[in-house]
Amino acid sequence: MNLAMKGIVKSFGPVRVLESVDFALAGGEIHALVGENGAGKSTLMKILSGAYLLDGGSIEIDGTPVTIRSTRDAEALGIAIIHQELNMIPQLSVMDNLFLGREPNHLGVIARGRMQAEAARWLSKVGAGRIDPHQEAGKLSIGLQQLVEIAKALSLNARLLIMDEPTASLTEREISTLFAIMTDLKARGVGIVYVSHRMEEIFKICDRVSVLRDGHFVGERAVAQTGFDEIVKLMVGRELKERFPKRAVPVGPVRLQVEDLSHPGHIRHIHFEVHAGEVLGVSGLIGAGRSDILNTLFGVTRGTTGKVLLDAKPLSIRRPIDAIAAGIGYVTEDRKSQGLVLGLSVRENATLVQLKHYARFGVIRRRTEAAAVKALMAELQVHARDAEIEVKALSGGNQQKVVFAKWLAKPPKVLLLDEPTRGVDVGGKAEIYHIINRLAAAGTAIVMVSSELPEVMAMSDRILVMREGQQAGIFPAQGTPPEQIMAAATEALPAS
Amino acid sequence: MTAQQKATLQKYGPLLALVVVCVGLSIMSPSFLTLSNSFDVMRQVSINAVIAFGMTLSILLGGIDLSVGSILAVSSVLAAMTMKSGHDAGLAAGIALLAGAAMGSLNGLVIAKGNVAPFIATLGTMTLLRGLALVLSNGSPISDFSSNFFAMLGGGYVARLIPVPVVVMLVMFAAFWFVLTRTVFGRHVYATGGNAEAATLSGVNTARVQILVYTLCGAMAALAGVILTSRLDSAQPTAGAGYELDAITAVVLGGTSLAGGRGWIFGTLVGALLIGVLNNGLNLMGMSAFYQQVVKGAVILLAVLLDRGGKT
Repeated sequence: MNLAMKGIVKSFGPVRVLESVDFALAGGEIHALVGENGAGKSTLMKILSGAYLLDGGSIEIDGTPVTIRSTRDAEALGIAIIHQELNMIPQLSVMDNLFLGREPNHLGVIARGRMQAEAARWLSKVGAGRIDPHQEAGKLSIGLQQLVEIAKALSLNARLLIMDEPTASLTEREISTLFAIMTDLKARGVGIVYVSHRMEEIFKICDRVSVLRDGHFVGERAVAQTGFDEIVKLMVGRELKERFPKRAVPVGPVRLQVEDLSHPGHIRHIHFEVHAGEVLGVSGLIGAGRSDILNTLFGVTRGTTGKVLLDAKPLSIRRPIDAIAAGIGYVTEDRKSQGLVLGLSVRENATLVQLKHYARFGVIRRRTEAAAVKALMAELQVHARDAEIEVKALSGGNQQKVVFAKWLAKPPKVLLLDEPTRGVDVGGKAEIYHIINRLAAAGTAIVMVSSELPEVMAMSDRILVMREGQQAGIFPAQGTPPEQIMAAATEALPAS
Repeated sequence: MTAQQKATLQKYGPLLALVVVCVGLSIMSPSFLTLSNSFDVMRQVSINAVIAFGMTLSILLGGIDLSVGSILAVSSVLAAMTMKSGHDAGLAAGIALLAGAAMGSLNGLVIAKGNVAPFIATLGTMTLLRGLALVLSNGSPISDFSSNFFAMLGGGYVARLIPVPVVVMLVMFAAFWFVLTRTVFGRHVYATGGNAEAATLSGVNTARVQILVYTLCGAMAALAGVILTSRLDSAQPTAGAGYELDAITAVVLGGTSLAGGRGWIFGTLVGALLIGVLNNGLNLMGMSAFYQQVVKGAVILLAVLLDRGGKT
């Protein structure tokens, strides 16, 4: 089917978020929709999937104008959306989720046999035939949950799939599975709108790319005839000088030394050291134990063994408070559930870690606090109207800067980063890289877990590769081909 | 209307409702808006308000404290027993407050260290402590303390005009306001209630925050118990039953979210006053007690529905 959205206008109150946006998608193509956070991508897709009603413009399918007033309307037209945050009910089984709201039944009694057979059929269509339909959905990895969502969309007869940042939580291996399925769907005539911040993926999998900026449509290109620089220029309206800013920091003495770190069932025998001013990247598949290293170092997990030395002094970290007292900071993977208190203001979040330093006898000195927050917001370039705005109103990139602010109020000796740029747009990423570089220059030792290989390769001095809870090796970032890192992360372990 | 105006309206909605009800009642009943009746209402409100201040903290944490009525009874009985055994009223009040704090910290320990849901934990202590009050008092009221000082706590006046319980309520209001808005502890309450995991990872000792909050909750219930005992010149082991629901009503009417992390103490004061004013006004209008319940319930539902309606 061919989709044409013409002159789409949408306002929220006085704020116009889409200004006469055009978007066209042909059946059997994968069409990237890119733009910085706040450019209007999500709003446009929410209009297409029936979550928002358009204020002006028209939507045509195969030349016929259509009206989409609800998700149900969109589904009836064969449009389905796979959300970034998956919509599974984790306690229900895979098949219960697949057929939620339209369970095959006899007079209200669920026909479990038919349901299971149908579920298995749709799952195998997306190459996920190995998933047991009776499995509890929440126990599946994010990658597999996503495949279930795609199977559900197909079972709803979707001819147009909207995928919003589908690879954000996937490992390289899961991503290639996903791409294979997308290619297969494309061959079967399904049109896919692919919303992503990851340029590499767009050039790998998409046919065309449309760019939005500040609610305007700024251009459409055939992927084969454009390049990274042109797309980024369209997105940000200026040339982005460096995608990964260089760091010229002499590496200092050893700050963090980790010996034989283990967390039974998760990680075993981890050894590494990080120097002052150094970034140690941690690569590997999801579930390989990358985050476990950080959680163990920060005292989040219990029952761990091994030796950790900071500036040659042994540490005993049993709780996060101990880690913080020792000078360790932790930018967690999931900023919404672990990094921020969403209902509190930028100010209240930014000072949460070091609040005692802004207080006397337990009473907060409000001027001191406000001044410190102002300085942090300026230093980190947090784009917010003021410090009193609720942090949940900020874009992903700005939220992430607030998480950094929490730890920078008092510069940490060691900073642990878990997916520091997830869900952050290109411009915001570059700003976060600058922050990382400045911290390194100030002598902080940084351990950075990331699923984005280009990011790990460019930002790290050395890369620790994890594989099935064990250390597969530490490689210098310079001169090691990415393939070698991938191979180390995925090769079967030698019998030990 | 912008989102901000809407938020402001929502925040001050309970206050607006209170003003509207007061204006309405003073038109309908000339005896409503007299100085003596105003202080009367506030004195009636004070016990619930004091409990509700503590309750606000537990609800800000995303928890609840169902045991406040029972804590009130135990504290009240303990104070009475102390006086009956010949000790002075100050000591009695002190023992009551300490006992309230101790019972509250028991709640906090079970919740924070035992990882028990606050609803269940305090449901348990509610029953347990009610039993304790009955055991201690042998099931019968303890009365006649013949202590002028003690009688003053519930029945006295400051400057011959303002009832002592009203002063206590206002002082406690100011103290809780200060603690919640100006102190590290207050900030930690909001952070823990808003997102306990993020708070822990930011170095907030969430277990300590919880224990302290329930301790305060218990102490406030005991304070209410002292006032009540003084007013009645009698300690009843069955006193305070159902008070937890009045306190929760005041907190929720005041706009504090049961989900935790959002709310303020001023709202609770307004919520408690709103309930008190309704009680008083309906009495003055001579409405039957049965209808009063119907009206009060309807007002609560209406207030909460209005609050929900503003959320997106």
